[in-house]
Amino acid sequence: MKNILALLSLTALAGCGSAGNWGWYVIDPRTQSGWNNITFLFDGFGATIQLSVIAAVISMIVGLMVALPGMSTNRWIRLPSRIYVEFVRAIPLLPMLFWVFYGLPVVLKSMGITVRIDAFWGAVITLAISDSAFTAEIYRSGIQSIARGQTEAAKTIGLTYTQTMRYVVLPQAIRRILPPLANQFIYIVKMSAFASVIGMQELTRRANELVVTEYRPLEIYTLLILEYLVLVLIISFFVRWLERKMGADESR
Amino acid sequence: MPVAGLATVVRTIHSGKARSMIDQSETNRTNAIEIKGLNKWYDTYHALKDVDLTVAHGERIVVCGPSGSGKSTLIRCVNSLEAHDSGQITVDGTRMCDASSIEAIRGQVGMVFQQFNLFPHLTILQNLTLGPMKARGLSRKDAEERAMKYLERVQIPEQANKKVSALSGGQQQRVAIARSLCMEPKIMLFDEPTSALDPEMISEVLDVIVDLAESGMTMIVVTHEMGFARRAADRMVFMDHGAIVETGTPEEFFDAPKTERCRTFLNQILKH
Ligand SMILES: Nc1ncnc2c1ncn2[C@@H]1O[C@H](COP(=O)(O)OP(=O)(O)OP(=O)(O)O)[C@@H](O)[C@H]1O
Ligand SMILES: [Mg+2]
Repeated sequence: MKNILALLSLTALAGCGSAGNWGWYVIDPRTQSGWNNITFLFDGFGATIQLSVIAAVISMIVGLMVALPGMSTNRWIRLPSRIYVEFVRAIPLLPMLFWVFYGLPVVLKSMGITVRIDAFWGAVITLAISDSAFTAEIYRSGIQSIARGQTEAAKTIGLTYTQTMRYVVLPQAIRRILPPLANQFIYIVKMSAFASVIGMQELTRRANELVVTEYRPLEIYTLLILEYLVLVLIISFFVRWLERKMGADESR
Repeated sequence: MPVAGLATVVRTIHSGKARSMIDQSETNRTNAIEIKGLNKWYDTYHALKDVDLTVAHGERIVVCGPSGSGKSTLIRCVNSLEAHDSGQITVDGTRMCDASSIEAIRGQVGMVFQQFNLFPHLTILQNLTLGPMKARGLSRKDAEERAMKYLERVQIPEQANKKVSALSGGQQQRVAIARSLCMEPKIMLFDEPTSALDPEMISEVLDVIVDLAESGMTMIVVTHEMGFARRAADRMVFMDHGAIVETGTPEEFFDAPKTERCRTFLNQILKH
C-alpha cells in the first residue's frame, strides 16, 4: 500500500510542477469522459484475471504431468520431461504466442483438425505451456524434498506408485510447493500483458487503444502500471499469508 | 495368523535347531527366503559379492558386521527396495523377476527402518490403516480394528489419535512395527531398528521384537545389539566387505568365532 501512495503522490507532485505537459483529465473521474475512460480501462481486469487463472490452472496440471515422469529412476521415462522443460524454458513468450496463434491452427489443420484459436485461448495455451516448465521444476524440487524413506515405507506397505503419490508424498510436498506456485502466478499475471499483441482485450490492450485515441500515453500507462501493481500486491499478500500458514503447519 | 499357530506348536514341542527341521516337514514347501549368488553394484562399487543365504520358515536371523559391509543393501534386496544385478531371490516360493512378483513378495514382507519413516502428516491410526485400506481394500472399520489390535500388541493403544511428532522415538518405532504388522506379513525385516534411539528407549523396542520372534515370525534383523541376538536369534550372519564371512548359532558365534575378522569385530562392539 505504501508503495502505491508514494508513487501516486510523486506523479501528482510532478503533475503540479509542470502543469502544461500533463493531462490527467483523460482519467479524471470527475468528468464524464474521464470516468468513461477509467471504466473502459478497468473493464480489462476481468479478462486479465480470467486469462491468468485459467492459464495457471492448466500450467499446474501440465507441470505435474511433466514433473512426475521427470523423477523416474528410468532415464528413458525421465528424458521426455527433461527435454520438455529445457525446450519450453528456452522459447521467449512472444514468439511462442505468435506461433500458437498463427501457426498452431495450420499445424492442426494439416492433421485434419479444424479449430479456430481465438485470442483468448491462444494466450491461455501459450501462457500455460511456457509457465508449465517452471511449475514442473517447482513440483520436482518440492517432491524431492520429501525424504526417500517415505516412499520406501509406502512401498513396504504395498502402496502403488499412484497411491504413494496421492496419500504420502503430495500431501507433504504441497506445503513446499504451494507458496512458490502462488508466486509463479504473479509471473503469469504480468506475462498476460503480451496477449494484447494478438488482440486480446485485457488491461494492456485497452490502455493501448485508449492511447491511440487520446494521445495521452504518460497518464494512461501510469494508470496501467498501477492496475498491475494493485493486482500483484493482492496476490503477493495472499502468498505471504499462505507461506505463514504452511510454515505454521509444518512446525506443528 | 497361520504362522503364529504353527510356531506355537513348534515352540511347545521343540526348541533350538530342531525347529528348522520341523518347519520343513510341517510346511512341506520352500524356505521363507532363498538367496543364491546375489551380486549388487553401486556404479563401480561392488556392494554385495556372491551372497548365498537361506532362511527357513520361522527362523530368526541376526545380521551384523562393520559399517558399509552391505547389511542394509542385503535386506533391502529382499523386498526389492534395491534392485540386484545378478543372482536369484526367492521369497516364500515366489521368484523375484518382474513387477508382479515384486508386488507379491512385498505383500509377504514387512520392513522396519532405522529412521522409523512414519508418515508425519497422518495420525498414528491413519499410519496403520493406510496400507490395509488402500493396498488390501479393507473397510475403514476393519482396518481400524486391526490397527488397534497391533497397537495393543506394541503396547501403545492410547496414542492412536496423536500426531507422529507427539511420540517419543521408542514409541514411533513401535508404531512403525505395528504398521508393518497390520499388513500381516510372513516375514519381517529390521534395519538397525534401535540405532536411532536414545539408550533408555532401546529396550522397549527390543522387547516388542523379541515378543514377535517368540510368536514365530520369520525375521532378519540387522543390529549391533548383541544381547538381543543371544536372546532371539536362531542364527547369526556376519558380513564384511559385501560378503557373508561367517554364520552360526549365537553360541558358536559369540563363544567361538571361526574367523579372525569376526573376532576383531566382536571385540570392538562388545567393548562398548
Ligand atoms: N545408494 C547408494 N549409492 C552408492 N553407494 C551406496 C548406496 N547405498 C549404499 N552404498 C554403499 O554400499 C556399501 C554398503 O552399504 P550398506 O548401507 O548396505 O552398509 P551397511 O552394512 O548397512 O552399513 P551401516 O552399518 O553403516 O548401515 C557402503 O559402502 C555404501 O557406501
Ligand atoms: Mg545399514
